[in-house]
Amino acid sequence: MTNLISTTSSRPIPDLTFKQGKPRNLVGAALTGLAGVFALIAVLPLLLVLGYVLYKGASKLSLDLFFLEQPAPGLDGGGIGNAIQGSIIVTALASALAIPIGVGGGIFLAEYSRKGWFAQFIRFGTNVLSGVPSIIAGVFVYSSIVATRALFGNAYSALAGGIALAVLMLPTVIKTTDEGLKLVPDDLRRAALGVGASRFVTIIRVTLPSASRSIATGVVLAIARAAGETAPLIFTALYSPWWADGIFNPIGSLSVLIYKFATMPYEVQNELAWAASFVLVIFILIINLIARWFNQLTTR
Amino acid sequence: MPTDTSSRYLLRHRPPSEKLVDTGFNWAAVLMASTVAIVLFAILLIVFTGSLESMQLYGWRFLVTSNWNPVLDEYGAFTAIYGTLVTSLVSLAIAVPLGVGTAIFITESFIPKRWREIIGLMVELLAAIPSVVLGLWAIFVLEPSLRPLLTWLHESFGSIPLFSTIPLGPGMAPAILVLVVMILPIITAISRDSLNQVPIRLRQAAYGIGSTRWTAILQVILPAAISGIVGGVMLALGRAMGETMAVTMIIGNSNNFSWSLLAPGNTIAAMLANQFGEADGSQVSSLMYAAFVLIILTLVVNVLAQLIVKRLSLKY
Repeated sequence: MTNLISTTSSRPIPDLTFKQGKPRNLVGAALTGLAGVFALIAVLPLLLVLGYVLYKGASKLSLDLFFLEQPAPGLDGGGIGNAIQGSIIVTALASALAIPIGVGGGIFLAEYSRKGWFAQFIRFGTNVLSGVPSIIAGVFVYSSIVATRALFGNAYSALAGGIALAVLMLPTVIKTTDEGLKLVPDDLRRAALGVGASRFVTIIRVTLPSASRSIATGVVLAIARAAGETAPLIFTALYSPWWADGIFNPIGSLSVLIYKFATMPYEVQNELAWAASFVLVIFILIINLIARWFNQLTTR
Repeated sequence: MPTDTSSRYLLRHRPPSEKLVDTGFNWAAVLMASTVAIVLFAILLIVFTGSLESMQLYGWRFLVTSNWNPVLDEYGAFTAIYGTLVTSLVSLAIAVPLGVGTAIFITESFIPKRWREIIGLMVELLAAIPSVVLGLWAIFVLEPSLRPLLTWLHESFGSIPLFSTIPLGPGMAPAILVLVVMILPIITAISRDSLNQVPIRLRQAAYGIGSTRWTAILQVILPAAISGIVGGVMLALGRAMGETMAVTMIIGNSNNFSWSLLAPGNTIAAMLANQFGEADGSQVSSLMYAAFVLIILTLVVNVLAQLIVKRLSLKY
């Protein structure tokens, strides 16, 4: 053992054991501690917000909350049924607009023109559109649809709110479709075309079904995000304290209810804002967890 | 089995209906992809034409004057522009070390993988909480519990303009903290993804020549992942500039200019949320001008983010 080392070098063997006291080890330990503290601080807001929303909202939970209209200012009782109904309607309208268009756009990017200049331009535009602030979508729909009464002479309407939300959902749906389809192996496409399927049949029957799970995950997450958006709805769907009256009239929504009731001087309304937050947050978190779990299940 | 072999190998011609469906679907896909471009241009066009009146009236003075007076019909957006820039930049300065530190912590093996995954999931779920709920929380929980600290800041450093006013409730400082909460998940998630993509060979090489774990992180792994991290930071900056609901609920929506972070302020997005619905006449045009400024700001930041990711990304 000894002559193996001594033949190559006459230098004494340095002490190679790990020493905690060395400056570089101290610095390392300090940085590790700092990173750990940062991670703790990053987790803290979720726990604080979630804990408070659950604590404040759960105490208001009752059947009346879901099935009654909101109370008039200063009165007790009532629920947030109108807002829940409105949120569902507006989000469904937005999904009905954004999902077909977005999936179609994603199919174009991934299947018809992967590298063409137009596809690159659309990809760039999708990234830019996803960076446009949500309030700008509201301003855009207000000026183009609400103020001009473009929807059969109606100003503020549920449909206008749905369009504003669809503008925000569109980039996400396009991106997830594009990326989901890109992961489908080319062998499948060649095989389908090889047995004589047309391009349309290849996409509808082969590539789209095999990418459907990742697309569905992305789309569901986009819906969950849209359900919580407030800024685009304030001056498109406006707000209505009553049950919905068709899609061409103003409509309530959970997020706008929270915004309005949070700043009211009445205790009852503040409590309802917390209850609405509870419903909204639980809905969004459950959808997120299910989508993630589903995605993990299928990728393994 | 058919007896006539020639009919078995007959070439099948596509019926015209099938070709029609094929080309039709192609064009439909092109059309749907173009909606993105159409919507984007329509947004720019509508906001630009809407702001023309105010642009001609005020010109560049709109950007540097701070009197916003609907009664006298005089408008200058400096208060909101200052608020937008200060809240987003200060929140970024707080969130970047936190987010990158967290990303390092959950990509290295300091704690078991299971725990790291849970931290990552919790940070991602934070991003799913609607901003209006964060605003509600900020009004009733964050701001009251923050006030003693802000009062102490004012009493200790009151001579600095940034802390020169007494904190009385909503203001820029709580808005900054809410923004930190909102952009932290973006920075953490993108930094984590970029750090995970650094090839393991680089880390092995660094350890092989005797560097400690933190030397490897700071001098090899972080520089290799920097393009993604910077891109994520820019995206977060764009998000912070455009964030509306949580900010408008907690910033105080004051049109009076103050350097102080403890005073109520305004951002462009908050101003739009507050005033656009009830505005008329040249106020609409001025708000459109402000919206145009916001679009340009976020557009520049987002395009820069994309360019940085493309230019800086190292090829391994």
